[in-house]
Amino acid sequence: MKLLRELRAEGRQQDMGALVARIPYARFLGIQVDRKGTELTTILPFRQELVGNVTLPALHGGAIGAFLEFTAVIQLLFDDECVRLPKTVDISIDYLRSGRPVTTYGRAFITKHGRRVANVRAEAWQEEHDRPIAIAHGHFLLDPVDEDG
Amino acid sequence: MSDDRSGSRTPPDNIGDHLSHVPHAAAIGMQLVEYRDGACVVRVPYAEHLVGDPDTGVIHGGVITAVLDNASGMAVPRADLTPAQRAIATLDLRIDYMRPARPHEDLMVSAECYQLTRSVAFIRARAWQGEDDVTVASSVATFMLGANRAPPPGFLGADDRPQTAGQEP
Repeated sequence: MKLLRELRAEGRQQDMGALVARIPYARFLGIQVDRKGTELTTILPFRQELVGNVTLPALHGGAIGAFLEFTAVIQLLFDDECVRLPKTVDISIDYLRSGRPVTTYGRAFITKHGRRVANVRAEAWQEEHDRPIAIAHGHFLLDPVDEDG
Repeated sequence: MSDDRSGSRTPPDNIGDHLSHVPHAAAIGMQLVEYRDGACVVRVPYAEHLVGDPDTGVIHGGVITAVLDNASGMAVPRADLTPAQRAIATLDLRIDYMRPARPHEDLMVSAECYQLTRSVAFIRARAWQGEDDVTVASSVATFMLGANRAPPPGFLGADDRPQTAGQEP
């Protein structure tokens, strides 16, 4: 994939902020990535375009789901260089609390990292980390660099 | 907003323009194509800001997630529900991605309720494209009925998540 090749060539293969800045849908959602050592936190600042219910108001479940999917994929790309973006095979999202109109944070944990497929868990929270608004787990197909490129 | 060429009956409570009142749905470009109580079809025209892979122009899976979620919520049958029950909250949504969506083509999502109990609606949905009806993804979702203490007026969608969701299943 050209995008990942370019980042590798620039020595920025672990610069996930540079990656999301080049993906139109991530830019549309406004996703940012914070890195502290090897720990990544994805950030979704509140924007009116993310609202699903104007009365409560609450974030759209689809925006939260997409954010969790990005969180999982970014963690996979950070941990291992890939030729292509990991492909989502399936994702299961549990909605625990209403997403309020504030910044949302995300973190992903790789439950199992196989050669071709990874099982990833991701969580999203707002002010309090121990009160997640949604959790997800999914399977992702991988194309590691050392295999064919 | 409602582009009702199917001849389906007029949706209740202004459901036809419901999507235009959901900022995220409007920002993605969702359009309601068909509606009857317990089922609906939503279309998303291809757009550059939805792209997840700049090399291929394929839209991001998250777009499909958002449309499946929204359409599934709209497919919760409402005719026999009390106004309080119509306040719904997504409990969970599971999506299987079969193949990447083809770039520069509309994405369609059909959703239907296949089981309804007093407190839960079970919805399945399918994302597809083109004359050849190629399946891109499928999903199952559960929605809690009567979940919202502050129901908004008119139609209540998949996105109406209450503060209490998850605490009293």
